Amino acid sequence: MSAPTVLTHPIARFVARRVLYSLIVLVGVTVVVFALVHLVPGDPVRIALGTRYSPEAYETLRSASGLDRPIVTQFFGYVGSALTGDLGVSFRNGDPVTVTLMERLPATLSLGLAGIVIALAIALPAGTYSALREGRLSDAIVRVTSQFGVSVPDFWMGILLIALFSTTLGWLPTSGYRPLFSDPGGWLRHIILPALTVGVVAAAIMTRYVRAAVLEVAAMSYVRTARSKGLPPRVVTFRHTVRNALVPILTITGIQLATLLGGVIVVEVVFAWPGLGRLVYNSVAARDYPVIQGAVLLIAVLFLAINLLVDVLYAVVDPRIRLA
Amino acid sequence: MTTTETTRVSSWRLLARNPVTAISAAVLLAVVVVAVFANLIAPHGINDVDVPDALQPPSGGHWFGTDELGRDVLSRVLVATQASMRIAVVSVAFAVVVGVTVGVLAGYRGGWLDTVLMRVVDVMFAFPVLLLALAVVAILGPGVTTTILAIGIVYTPIFARVARASTLGVRTEPYVAVSRAMGTPEHVILRRHILPNIAGPLIVQTSLSLAFAILSEAALSFLGLGIQPPQPSLGRMIFDSQGFVTMAWWMAVFPGAAIVVIVLAFNLLGDGLRDVLDPKQRTIAEARRAQR
Repeated sequence: MSAPTVLTHPIARFVARRVLYSLIVLVGVTVVVFALVHLVPGDPVRIALGTRYSPEAYETLRSASGLDRPIVTQFFGYVGSALTGDLGVSFRNGDPVTVTLMERLPATLSLGLAGIVIALAIALPAGTYSALREGRLSDAIVRVTSQFGVSVPDFWMGILLIALFSTTLGWLPTSGYRPLFSDPGGWLRHIILPALTVGVVAAAIMTRYVRAAVLEVAAMSYVRTARSKGLPPRVVTFRHTVRNALVPILTITGIQLATLLGGVIVVEVVFAWPGLGRLVYNSVAARDYPVIQGAVLLIAVLFLAINLLVDVLYAVVDPRIRLA
Repeated sequence: MTTTETTRVSSWRLLARNPVTAISAAVLLAVVVVAVFANLIAPHGINDVDVPDALQPPSGGHWFGTDELGRDVLSRVLVATQASMRIAVVSVAFAVVVGVTVGVLAGYRGGWLDTVLMRVVDVMFAFPVLLLALAVVAILGPGVTTTILAIGIVYTPIFARVARASTLGVRTEPYVAVSRAMGTPEHVILRRHILPNIAGPLIVQTSLSLAFAILSEAALSFLGLGIQPPQPSLGRMIFDSQGFVTMAWWMAVFPGAAIVVIVLAFNLLGDGLRDVLDPKQRTIAEARRAQR
């Protein structure tokens, strides 16, 4: 029987096409990130060093950053080094950028993942409930609430949460971070408020998608068949409707996670969370271009990788996608 | 609710019939009026320092209270709203002009131009919104012009995608083919046939983008990279309130509430407009209603 080849072939082709496409976008991303430092009006090294510096310091930094070489050489040098994990050194303290990024990554990943867990815990039940009661008052309440959540600035919510739970009630720390493995209790106490801030806003966005996904599945003929053959509503809801809606929900969860990793900048600043976002913010203020470049590249690569993974998973779960 | 109508009602009547949309439009109209006349309405000067009167709670003299320097929070919120709206409108206008031009050209011409333009758009989509905006600020330095450019660039690809997708749907319509066969110049076809027929989704996207532009501007100003002091901004007012939240809640609550009201109104209006202007969505809604 040739079933396995028929099954694996389109998936392999689909994956190959998606990987190729991601690589093309990645090349574009690298060009943009490389161009960043060259688009700065004036001399980036001089701007980074400020007003007081010695000519030696200037020359050292300029040659260390490779800015004294021809631009094409610089580009291929940057790409070549980046492929081997070398993203240059910080203008500010001379530390290797890759080391700094790897130190910051766990904090951002843990905040993003905790935020997504909270978002799903709210959005799945709220969106499903809203869809199943479409057009009724409770549906309208969920919809307006989620619109409200989308409209709240995350940093404002963070400040209000700190004011309530930290300063007034004293239940949780106002800011800071503890590593998960050395101090799990401290990690949990420190992550609750920032994760809640990130998660509630993400939940508001995801509730709308969950509702739309459930509504779309609920209009399918097999759901009508299931209902008309007398299956209990609970079975129709969970086994036929929600289960099939999980596929598009998976996609939006992936996209949302990818967005969160680059979108938590302001929340990280509010909670003094030592992640990539706060690193970018501090580096923009200090004009530390190699660090900005490295962080932007890392976040864009993570974004592309998560999207690729989600697309591939989607194709594996839903054959219609890879055949399209 | 009337569900038995068989004739199609006009878009405006559909829009007016949805109370949420009507209220959002009214709120936005009020916000625009307040923003335009902010300097006239403001009861106090935005930088009138009055230290003995600092951190006063809301009262008859200061409806929104005073900040740590005794400045009137209401006046500052009004003027900051004006700045926010101006930045949002100009940056989204930039995104609409550039994005729609790119999207319509890509969708109508197709071929290599489409491929190249859309790959550029894909690359821009690989950067999270605020990160891309921060990168622009890193290059050009903080300030209002940079903020406008940053937000404009960030939202351009969205309009390019929406315009392209809609153009692809319209370009194969018989009236476009007939017009082309009659020898109508391309720019006339684009202006007379394509643009009016893809306007619906673009108007919806404009409303939603204005909402996000207000949020992005607030975030950049919060980080100290947008509007610079002494010019007040909603984001920076919230930043400054951090040290005083427990003793002067009004310093944080009113600027934040102003952002929420504006953004919520744009979002709800966008949603209402989508029900009316996006034919695909309307067909689904009508089909579902007919099923019942």
